[in-house]
Amino acid sequence: MELNLWAVAAILLVGLATFSLGFRSSRLASTTQDFLVARRTVRSQRNAAAVSGEYLSAASFLGVAGLVLKDGADALWYPIGFTAGYLALMLFVAAPLRRSGAYTLPDFAEARLGSRGLRRLSTAFVVFIGILYLVPQFQGAGLTVHQILPTLPTWVGGALVAVVVIVNVFGGGMRAVTVVQAFQYWLKLFAIAAPTFVLCVLFVGDGGVRGLGATGLSEAAPPRFTADTAVNVETDVVLHVEEPVWLTITGRADSANADGVAFWGPGTHTVDEGTELRFTAGSATPVVQGAPSDNRTWLSPVTGSGDLFTTYSLIIALFLGTMGLPHVLVRFYTNPDGKAARRTTLHVLLLLGLFYVFPMLLGALSRIYAPELLVSGRTDAAVLALPMKIAPNTLGEILGAITAAGAFAAFLSTSSGLVVSVAGVLSTDVLKGRVRDFRFGTALAGSVPLLLALVLRPSDISLSVGMSFALAASTFCPVLLLGIWWRKITWVGAAAGMLVGGVLVLVSLTITTISGYTGGWAPAFFQQPALATVPIAFLVVIVMSKATQGKIPPDTNRIRMRMHAPDRLGFIRDRDVARFGTAEERSRLANGRHRR
Amino acid sequence: MSRYPAEGESTPARPRRKRVVLADSRAPVTVLRTVVELEEQTSWAEEVVRGFIRTQFWTAVRLALIIAVVFGSLPLVFFLAPGLSGVTVAGVSLPWLLLGVLPFPLLFGIGYWYNVLAERHERDFVDMVEK
Repeated sequence: MELNLWAVAAILLVGLATFSLGFRSSRLASTTQDFLVARRTVRSQRNAAAVSGEYLSAASFLGVAGLVLKDGADALWYPIGFTAGYLALMLFVAAPLRRSGAYTLPDFAEARLGSRGLRRLSTAFVVFIGILYLVPQFQGAGLTVHQILPTLPTWVGGALVAVVVIVNVFGGGMRAVTVVQAFQYWLKLFAIAAPTFVLCVLFVGDGGVRGLGATGLSEAAPPRFTADTAVNVETDVVLHVEEPVWLTITGRADSANADGVAFWGPGTHTVDEGTELRFTAGSATPVVQGAPSDNRTWLSPVTGSGDLFTTYSLIIALFLGTMGLPHVLVRFYTNPDGKAARRTTLHVLLLLGLFYVFPMLLGALSRIYAPELLVSGRTDAAVLALPMKIAPNTLGEILGAITAAGAFAAFLSTSSGLVVSVAGVLSTDVLKGRVRDFRFGTALAGSVPLLLALVLRPSDISLSVGMSFALAASTFCPVLLLGIWWRKITWVGAAAGMLVGGVLVLVSLTITTISGYTGGWAPAFFQQPALATVPIAFLVVIVMSKATQGKIPPDTNRIRMRMHAPDRLGFIRDRDVARFGTAEERSRLANGRHRR
Repeated sequence: MSRYPAEGESTPARPRRKRVVLADSRAPVTVLRTVVELEEQTSWAEEVVRGFIRTQFWTAVRLALIIAVVFGSLPLVFFLAPGLSGVTVAGVSLPWLLLGVLPFPLLFGIGYWYNVLAERHERDFVDMVEK
C-alpha cells in the first residue's frame, strides 16, 4: 500500500507534537497540585477544549462512523448520548463538585460522607474502570497502526501510545496533559472535518448515488458494490444475504472448503477466518448478521419493540454515564471555581456538537462507497478506509493520512486523561501524594494496562462503549447525584449502591461474554442493562441510607453550603491545598478567601 | 532584629518608617455579619442555604425534564409512526434530521439557559446575603 508513507509521517508528527507540547508545559509543573489538578488555574475555554479532546476517544472518532454505517438511524443515539451526558453533568454536578474542593473522585466521596472505607472502595472502582478503558485504547492503537503499516506487529502502536503518554504525564502531570488534550481536540476536529468536506464534494462530483450506481439510502434493497471488490475475512463471521448473489470464494465457507464461483441464496452463510470473497460491481452486499441488511431498514429508527427497549437502555447509560467517568471528572477539578466549571461544560456542549456532525456524515457516505466493511464486520475502519475508496489517488492518500493522524490523537488524548486520573488516585490514596509518588503512579497506571493489552486478545476484554457507560452510570452516578443534592445520604448507602450497581453490570457483562461463546442464548437486555441497573443502584443508595440515618456526617450542612454557595462568598476550601500545599497557601485558605 | 534598640535602652531610637497594614488586600472589602452567620450555621443561615439549594435543584430538574421528554418521546414516536422515515425534508429523512442535527443546538440551548438561570440565582443570593 502506498498510503503508508503519508500516514506514518502524519502519525509520527502527531506523536512528536504531543511530546514537545507536553515537554514544554512540563517545565512549569513542580508541586503536587500541578500534577493533580494543574493548580486549578485552567480557564474555561481551554479546559473545554481539553475535556472534549480527552472525551473524543476512538469510540467517537472511529466508532460513531462505523456504527452509523452498520446500524443506521439507531446509532445516532450514541453521539446524542455522548453530548447529552455533559448537559446532565452541567445541570447537576459540575459546579458543586468543583466547589467541594476535592481533587479526585475518592476524595470527593470522603469529603462529602466522611468515610475512609468509602474512599477506598471508590479508589478500587476508579482504578478498575481506568484499566478497563486503557486496555482497549492501547489495543485499538495497535490495530490502527497495524492496519496502516501491516508489516509492524500489533504491539508497536500500543507501546508507542503508552510511552508518549507515560513520558508526558511523568514530566508534568495534569499541567502537561491539559495543553496536549486541548491541542488534540482541534487536531481531531480538523482531521475529521477537512476530509469530510473534500469527500462530500467528490461525492457530489461523482453524480451522487445515481452516478455511482449505488443503492439509494432510502431504497428497500441492500447496498451494492460500486466496483469489483475483494474482501478478506479476518475473523469468523455469519453473513445475512437478502438478495441472491454470485461470488468467488477462496477458503472456507458454510463449513466446506471452497475455491471458485459460488451462488448464495437468501439466508445466512458462515465464513471462516482467512477466506477471501470476491464480488463483482453491482452485486448486492451480504451484511454481518444482526445489522439491518437493506437500506430502508437501516434508514428508519426503532424497528421493533426489542429495539425500543435497547434504545431506552442506551439513552439512560449514555445520559447518566458521562458524569460517572473518573477521567472526565478529573478535568473538572482543574477549574478555578464552580462558575468556571459550569462555563467549561457549556463550551464542551458546543465543541462536541460541532464535532459529531462529521462522523455521522462519513458513516452515511461509507454505506455508499465501502459496503465491503459490512461483509468483513470491520466497520470501525470506515473513517480510515473511506478516503481511498472515494479518491484512489494521492488526494485519497493524504486524506487517509489525516484521518489516521486524528485517530492516533484520539488514542493519545484519551489515554493521557485515563493515566492522569488513575495515577492521581494511586498517588494520593495508596501512596503519600508527593510528586515522586505521582510519577511512580504514572509508571504503574501506564505499564500495567499496556502489559494486559499485550497479553490479552482484543476480544477478551472488548468492553463495548455502551457497557462501560452503563458501569459508570450504575456506580459513581448515584453517589454523585445523591451526594450533591440529597442531605440524608450516608456512606453505608453510597457504598452499598456502588457495589450492587457495579456487580450487576459485571454479571451481565459476564453473561453476555459467556453466551457469546456458547451460541448467543442471552437476551439482548444483558448487552445494555442500564435500564435496570441504574434505578436499582439509586434505590439501594436511598434505602440503605434511610436505614442508617445515624451515620449522616455531623457537618453535612456546612459541606452542602460550601458545595452550593456562590463562589463570590469565598467558601471554597481546596482539599489538595489543605493537604499538600505550602504554608503560605494554607494560611490564605484559613483567611477564608479563595485564590483569585 | 538586632538593629532595633531593645526596650529600656538609653540610646534614643530614631523613629523608623513602618508600613502599617490594617487589612489584607485580599480580604473581603467588608467583613459581613451575614457571611459569618452562614459559616457558623445559625438556624437562619441554614434555612436560607436550604432554600437556595432547592431553587438551584428545581431549576436543573425542570430543564432536565424538557430534555427527558423530548428525547424520551422520540423512540416511541418512531416506533408508533414508522411512516416518519419516509418523510423527507430537503432530501434528508426526517428521523435523521431529528436525531442527527436537531439535538445538538437543543442541548447547547438548554445548557446556555441553565447557565444564565444558575448565575442569576447566585447573584440574587449574594445580593441578599450582602445587602
